[in-house]
Order: sequence, then structure tokens, then C-alpha cells
Amino acid sequence: MNALDAALAHLGSLDELAARGTPMARIDARTKVVVTVAYVAVVASFGRHELTRLAPLALFPAAVAALGDVPLRPLLLRLAIASPFALGVAALEPLLDRAPAALVGGVAIPAGWIAFASILARYALSLGAALLLVATTGFDQVATALRRLGAPRALVVQLLFTWRYLFVLVGEAARMVRARELRAHGRPLRVGVAAQLVGVLLLRAMERAQRVHAAMVCRGFTGTFPPRGRTRLAAPDAAFAAGWLAFFAAARALDLPALLGAALFGGAR
Amino acid sequence: MSHHLVAVDALRYVYPDGTPALDGVTFAIHHGESVALVGANGAGKSTLLLHLAGVLFPREGRVRVGDWPVTRETLPQVRRSLGIVFQDPDDQLFMPTVEEDVAFGPASLGLPPDEIEARVAAALARVGAEGLRRRPPHRLSGGEKRAVAIAAVLASSPDVLVMDEPSSNLDPAARRALIEQLRRFEHTKIVASHDLDLVLDVCERTIVLAGGRVAADGPTREVLDDAPLLARCRLERPLRLQACPRCGPGARPA
Repeated sequence: MNALDAALAHLGSLDELAARGTPMARIDARTKVVVTVAYVAVVASFGRHELTRLAPLALFPAAVAALGDVPLRPLLLRLAIASPFALGVAALEPLLDRAPAALVGGVAIPAGWIAFASILARYALSLGAALLLVATTGFDQVATALRRLGAPRALVVQLLFTWRYLFVLVGEAARMVRARELRAHGRPLRVGVAAQLVGVLLLRAMERAQRVHAAMVCRGFTGTFPPRGRTRLAAPDAAFAAGWLAFFAAARALDLPALLGAALFGGAR
Repeated sequence: MSHHLVAVDALRYVYPDGTPALDGVTFAIHHGESVALVGANGAGKSTLLLHLAGVLFPREGRVRVGDWPVTRETLPQVRRSLGIVFQDPDDQLFMPTVEEDVAFGPASLGLPPDEIEARVAAALARVGAEGLRRRPPHRLSGGEKRAVAIAAVLASSPDVLVMDEPSSNLDPAARRALIEQLRRFEHTKIVASHDLDLVLDVCERTIVLAGGRVAADGPTREVLDDAPLLARCRLERPLRLQACPRCGPGARPA
């Protein structure tokens, strides 16, 4: 089994979790999309030296994971896979900004390290929320919800087809790589050969696109996908959206950790 | 109303790169017939099927489906009366779930939701795939994909069911199930296949294509028993019509 086969094997595993009918899966997809987008916007809006005020916002992914019965392992694995990007962005902060910004147990923490932690925290929270959206909703439902929320049709059709044929394409690539390996007798894959494989893959993808299109027009495709499924929002959806949006607004406008600290320890000081 | 459901007249087609594919093909198919289209690789079977579905258009000659000549203007009518199951189900199952894919044809016809639902249920039941409704197509086995691809075409209630290599890549049990289903369909059927034993089971009439021409057209039993003809067309007798190696040369099953 090569790396592509392995990738193919767990490509859709997160998506499939959504089919289980958990309390989170029953919330309308549009509601979840709107709440998640709002969440990411709020998380991203905090300044680069904010760390403590992000802490309450971890409640949202924690609650979604619990209500959606999403296992932590695959989630953390995907966060780790994408983390080099965030690490790359954050890595320079401790070097550039060495001014002491906070005292923890008598040790001065440089501002750069706080910014470093803040970037990673914001990365983990927003990507985590997006992954949880897919794990509790399903990729196709997210795309359909985007369409209902007014996203351009071309974009949504593109998303759906990318998702559907990603599996076919990766499977085809895995078979080609395996066929090469079996006759390469241990020689490493050279750049030139890799380029040829990619070229062949592109040609095959184009041929398949033509066949798929033929199959679609034969069944009456005229450019739009027929709408489907539940269209009315129910009371739980509204409550879900209202509750979380209010919480995000509070976390953004108020310093919740400080208020909590004041409420708990304020009297003692 | 013509009495022929599908009529192909002196059809000629050359691929854009100059490769001749069909060189004067003529035949007519009546209501309720089940016709096999056999021939070697490159004999023109798939090209012919694409003409029936109006994906390709003839250089010369005519194709009629039902009451309509196949032209760009009549495509909606043609595609309503003729459903085609492609060779690779992955090309055909493009919606995120099985039920949406099967619903795609009826929904494109603009049917009301309860009618769509009834057709989806009926089509999936016809191919024994009721349990696959909510599955994503890319997670199905080869046999399941084929069954769903057939259901997806049946859901539009075509008069003519066209299939390209329906038994390719199927395990023996899935192939047998497919044969039993095809025998039960009352549709007019056109089946392109190299699986001559399937042809023997499913089709009473066989058209042999060779080099873009009709080399033979007659009752399946006679055509598939004509060893010299089959050899000329790079085919061979179905196993069931061959001498039994156990019973000795010359022995033939009844």
C-alpha cells in the first residue's frame, strides 16, 4: 500500500461520521454553516497578542464534538497534518518580538511567544470547527447548504464534483504509482517520470470529464441540480444558532476570562 | 408513429482524428425486442451507442429513436425515450448519494416530489439496491455501483434501455443477478457486450459489428453458433455452445 492508497482509505472517513444521526447531525446544515463561519470570523478577529480571551471560544468545538460524538483521534490527526502552514506563519514571531509582555510565576514571557501561541490557537480553533462541520454535516450537505445560502451555483457544483471525483482521481493516481513501483525495481521516482504521470492523469481526468458530462446530459442535465430535502428551519436550529451567536458576540465584546476571574476571586482581593 | 422503435440508416461516422468508426450501419429494432450488439474491440459498438443517445451525431445517414430523428433539436425527446447505462458506473454516478443520483433523471424531467420518491423507490427495488439509498457512490462495490447505475436510468422510465458492457468487472454472482434482472425487464433492450453467454441468456436477436459494418443480424442462437462468421469477426462461440471437453469432441449439450 503506497501513500496514495492510505490517503484514499481515510479521505472520506470524517465525512462518513455525519451519516450517524447524532444530535449535531440533525441540526439544519445551513444553520451549522452560518454558525461555523461566524465562529471562524470571531476567532480570526482577535489581535495577535490575545490568548486568554480565546480560551472561552474553545467551548464551541468541544460542545460540537461531544454532541456529534466525533472521535478526537482523526480530528487531531488532520489538525496535525495541516499544522506546518500555521507553524510556518507563527515561527518568526518569537524571534522578532522579544519584549517581555507578561509575568507567569515570576518568569517574563516575551510578546513574540504569546503571538506564537495565539496564532496556533486561532489556527486550531478555526480549522477544528471547520472539520467538525464536515464531520457532523457531511461534505455534500455543506455544499448544498452553501447553495441555499446564496453561494454561486458554479462554485457549489465545482465543490460537489471535486469531492465526488477526488476519490476516483486519487484511486487512479494510486494505481499508476503502484504500476510504476512494481516495474521500477526499487529505483526512486524521478521528477521527469512524475511529471509524465501527472500529465497522463490530467488526460485521463479530461476524458473522464467528457464521459461524465455525456452521462449527465443523457439523463437530462441542463445546468442546474434539482433542489432536495428539508427546507424549513425548525426550532432547535434557531435555538442552536441564536445561542451560539450570542455566545460568540459576548466572547468578542467582553473579556470573559477576566469577568469570570473577578466573579470568582474579586471578593477575596 | 413508426412501428420501429430504433432505426439506424446507413450511419457513417469518422472520428475527428480521421479514424473511421462506422461505415454504413443499417438496422431497425421493434418494440419489446432484446438485441445484442457484439463485435471485437474497436468494431464500433460504443460509437454506435453514443449515436443512439445523441452524444455523437452522424457524418452521414440517419438515426431515429421513437418518433424522433436524433438531432440537436430533438435531444430532450430522444433522451426521454432512451436511457443509456455507461460502461464505467463511476462516469454515471455523479451525485453525492445513491438516492439523489437515482432521483436526478426524474427531477430533471420536472416531476413532483412524491412521484420522484415513488420512482426512486421502485427503481432501487428493481435492482435490489434499496439498502444503498443513503450511501455515497464512491463507497460502493463494483456490483453495487452497476446496480445503482441501472436503477438511475430506469427511474426515468425510458422506452429503450441501452447498456454498454453491463457485465464487465462483475463477480459471477453479481453477473448472474444482473442477467436475471435483465431477463425480467420488459423494456426494449440494446446490450453491447463481449459476454456472449450473457447475450445468449438475455437477447433473442444479435447484431454483429465488424470494421464498422453489420456483419450479421439474426436470431442469437443461429448467429452465435456460426463458427466461421464468429472467427471472421474476432469472436468465438459462447462456452455453452462449445463442445464439452469432458464428454469428448463433438459432444454438445442439448
